Order: sequence, then C-alpha cells, then structure tokens
Amino acid sequence: MTSVIDHPPAAAAPAKKKKRKNSHNFSGSDRVTLGAFVGVPTLIHIFLVWIPAVCTILLSFTFWDGIGGLSSIKWVGFTNYRQIFTLDDNLHIAIRNNILWLVVFAFIASPLGILLAYYIDKNLKGTQFYQTSFYLPLVISLAVTGIIWDNIVRTDGVLNSILGDTNPDTAISWLGDPNKNIWVVLVIASWRHIGYVMLLYLAGMKSVDPSLREASAIDGATDWYTFRRVIIPSLRPVNVIIVVITVIESLRAFDLVYILNRGTNGLQTLGVEVFQNIQGESARLGWGAAYATMLFLICLGPIMVYLYQNFSKGND
Amino acid sequence: MVTGQKSKTGARITIGFLFVFSLIWILPILFTILQSFRPFADVVVKGVWSWPNHLTLDNYFHAFGQSRMWLFFLNSVEVAVPAVVITLFLASLIAFVLSRYESRFTVPMLMLFTAGNLLPPQLLYIPLYRAFLHIWVPGFINQNHKLYDTQLGLILVHVSIQIGFATFVLTNYLRTIPKEISESALVDGANVWNHYWRIIFPLLRPALASLGVLMTTWIYNDFFWSLVLLKTGNKRPITAALSNLQGEFNTDYNLLAAGACMAFIPTLIVFFVARKHFVAGLTLGSTKG
Repeated sequence: MTSVIDHPPAAAAPAKKKKRKNSHNFSGSDRVTLGAFVGVPTLIHIFLVWIPAVCTILLSFTFWDGIGGLSSIKWVGFTNYRQIFTLDDNLHIAIRNNILWLVVFAFIASPLGILLAYYIDKNLKGTQFYQTSFYLPLVISLAVTGIIWDNIVRTDGVLNSILGDTNPDTAISWLGDPNKNIWVVLVIASWRHIGYVMLLYLAGMKSVDPSLREASAIDGATDWYTFRRVIIPSLRPVNVIIVVITVIESLRAFDLVYILNRGTNGLQTLGVEVFQNIQGESARLGWGAAYATMLFLICLGPIMVYLYQNFSKGND
Repeated sequence: MVTGQKSKTGARITIGFLFVFSLIWILPILFTILQSFRPFADVVVKGVWSWPNHLTLDNYFHAFGQSRMWLFFLNSVEVAVPAVVITLFLASLIAFVLSRYESRFTVPMLMLFTAGNLLPPQLLYIPLYRAFLHIWVPGFINQNHKLYDTQLGLILVHVSIQIGFATFVLTNYLRTIPKEISESALVDGANVWNHYWRIIFPLLRPALASLGVLMTTWIYNDFFWSLVLLKTGNKRPITAALSNLQGEFNTDYNLLAAGACMAFIPTLIVFFVARKHFVAGLTLGSTKG
C-alpha cells in the first residue's frame, strides 16, 4: 500500500501521456515537484492517522500498563474484549447510550431537521431569522454548548426555576439522575444535530431541478406530497451524507457528556471509555484500545457506505 | 395545488410554528448572554429565572483579568490559524495533482483521505498520545523536549486529520472546472509549479475561503484533542480552559457564562460575517462538486 502511495505521479505520468493530445514530458524537476505535492500530505496523513489507527487495533489485543517500554507489551489475544464484556459495567451503559443516541438522531432529530428544511424552503416571512436560529448551535463548540445548557438543566437552573422547585433536596435532578440524564443530553445533542441536517438538506433542495416540482404540481400533487415523493428521493447524495453524519456523530459522542459530568453516572459512551481507560489513574491501554476498536468497527459501516456513494460510479 | 384562503391560513400557522420553534432554539444562548451581564449576588438572591436589577461588565473584567480568558483565546487562535493555513496549502497541492493528473491511483488515494477523515478520533488518540510523549522537540518549543503538551503537536494532529476532508472537497471542486483551462498553460510549457500556482490556485480561492472559514471554526471549537494532548493550563485553548473555570468556580455561573460568551462570540461573529462561506464549506463536501 505505502509503496503505491509514495510514488503515484511517477507511475501516473506515463499512463496519462498516451491519452493526452498535448503530451507533456515531465522534466526531472517536475517529477520531484509532483512527488512532493503528493508525498508530503500523504505521508503526514498516513503517519498521523492511519498508522495510529492500525496501532490501536493491534494494541487492543495486548496487555500494556504504559509504564514499561514497548518491549513490555504482551500479546493476550481477545482477553481485553472478554474482560470488558464480563467485568466492565460501563460497557453496557456506554453501548446503551450510543444506541439511544443513534436511535434518537435517526428517528427524531434527523427527520425533524428535514421537516424544518421543508418549511424553511417555502421562503416564508422571516425565513432569515429562522435559518439563523437553527444554524447558531452549529458554530458553537460542543464544550461550550454543554456549559450553555448546564444553565438550563442544573438543579437550580432555568428549567427547575420555571417548574417552581430549585431546592436541591426535592427538585428534579436532570443531570444527576442516571435514568434521566442521558435523555437530557440527547435533547442538547439534537439541538445541534437538527440544524446540521436542516442546513445540508436546504442546500440540497436548492440544487433540485425546478421543473421536477412544476411537473409534480401540474399533476395536482400538494407541496408536501411532492416533497416526500419527488424531492426526498431525488436527493440521494444528501440522504447518504445525513445517514453517515447521523451515525458517526452519535458514535463519536464525547465532548458534551465529558463537560456535563465527565461521562460518568449514566452518561458513559464508548468514546468516553476510551479516554477513561487511558488518561485515568489506572491506565489500561488494552481496554482503552479495545473500546476504540469497537467504536471503529461500528463506524466502518457508514464509512463504507459513504465511500461507495462517492466513488462507485465509474471512478467519477 | 391548494390556493386562496386555505393556503394563507396554512402559511400563518407555519410561520407561527417556525417563529416559536426558533425562539426556543436561541433561548439558551440568549439566556447565557444575559446571565454573563448579571452580578452573582443578584442571581443568588432572586434565582436564575428572574428579571435583572442591573447589568454589569464585572464578569467580563474578571474573565479577562483573573481568569485570563484572553490568553486562552489567543492560544486557540495560535493553533487554529496555522493548522488551517497548512491544511489548505497541503490539501490544495494534492487536490491539484489528483484532479489534473488522474491515474488509477486517484480514486484509491481519495478514498484513503476521505475514510481517514471519518475515523473516530478516539481510534487515533492512544498511539499519538504515547508517541508524542517520546518524540523529541527543540527546547524553544517545549522545555522538556517532548512533543506532548505543545501547540505544535496539536497543530500536527489537526492538520493530518483535516487534510482528509480538505483533499476530498478540493479535488471534487477542481474536477468540476474544465481541464481546458489548464491546456493553454501546458502548451506554453509551464512547469508543474507554475501550473499549480498561476492557474489552479487562483481557481481554488472560493473553495479555500469556504473551507478556511469552516475549518477555523472546527479547530477553534475542538475540545477533545486539546484535552488529551495538552497538560499545562497556560497552553490550553479557550474551550478546554472553560472546563477549568467550571471546576474552579463551581458556583459562579455568571463568570462561567461570561467565559462561555467569550468563547462562542468570536465564532458567532465569523458566522455572521462569513455565513455564505460557512454554509458553502459544509455543503461543498456533501454535494458532488
């Protein structure tokens, strides 16, 4: 793989020359330039993304306390996975939370975003204001989002003030109750996700051929029917993007829960568990790596779908 | 098509629905801004959901001064700006080659970059963190000669991940521009560098502007990487520094609100000034070309 990637221009050039009418002979310096143009970014990307990714997967099959040198790494097969599944209560909560996240994003937040795009696209009075409101969460860091929402949902926050009870003993503890807090976090995460989906869909809808809508209208279809049966199916690339973003964002979940309560007490996610096993007091690199690998395996599906969507049609 | 009275009523209902919904949407943000101008004592007495007696800038003075938010903001800029400039430059080089000298390696290369960008950051973090602890850097970058706990390390990681997205977007963008534009340069015998710099780079400017706005926001907003790759409090970007504020002054939510405002107001300004670019940057990657 690497040998292929290191020298594509050199290999590419002769193949291309035959096809071109104005065949250009690369001079020596041009070859060096092309090599550098491709080589430098590719090497950086491979060294800092792909090699670490492979290392993590390998590390998940080993035992290493991180203190001894690389020679103290012991191969242990699937032990880390077996231990996590049998010993680590966090795993079940993390998996439950990631699945809940995905389900809420897929069946509530993303459809709501699409629905909003449908209404915003009608260009009603005040449309700029609505659009801006829904976009704003997108430009705010998730860490800051956590702080903003903490004002609302903490025990003496806005929500409980409106409900009329901010007494720490009797008020509803939105973040402290492990049965409730994940739902609160999902509302916050959706606050951001809905705008994201809406933005992508609106942009997609602008690219739809207007004659499609006209034809449908002439046939007597309502706007809503046209949207569901004509526009949504014609936006296949955008639909794929939304599926991919929905899955990947719900799996990556880290910043928000970490800011709200360090991802503990009911707010564990796979992403948090990777961190906790590495940065925590008792560094169990194998466990952290195993969590990361599981995360990767689940992400693999949407990544493949996305690649297929973008690169399948005749290499174009 | 529905016409007349019925559609008018429908439009009014829709407008009402959208209006209420968008107000609810920005309420948490507006509330945080209001909170940041209220004195702590006022809130303690009257509760958070109350009309303020008077407004003050004290929280901002405190955040600027004692809590050094200004320093943390500059830290964020010092990471985001170089990272974005380097990413865009490197990605434009490779996008130029991939779109103008297509070969059987073009698609596999694009897949490598695109997939790399989609990998969860947690998958990369353990080896990078361990390696950065052992990579030597000169003393003027870090006194203990480790790449870990340096802004350079953070920049490197951002560049390597974002190159994936930028390459994908820029290559698709260049593919929509007819190759004939390049032909004249090739006839004139321009070398590869001149082809890139005189012809392709100017064409790329709109896409670079959009990507630049988007990526600056992303990197500025990053929390995860600064949390795991930095240790020294003074080096932290504003997003990570805020969580310190959260820990230290657990009760002064007004100060925290001021800090949060200082963290997100720059991105709001960028959004309002360069909104077209921001939206275009997000959608460049989602629609082919």
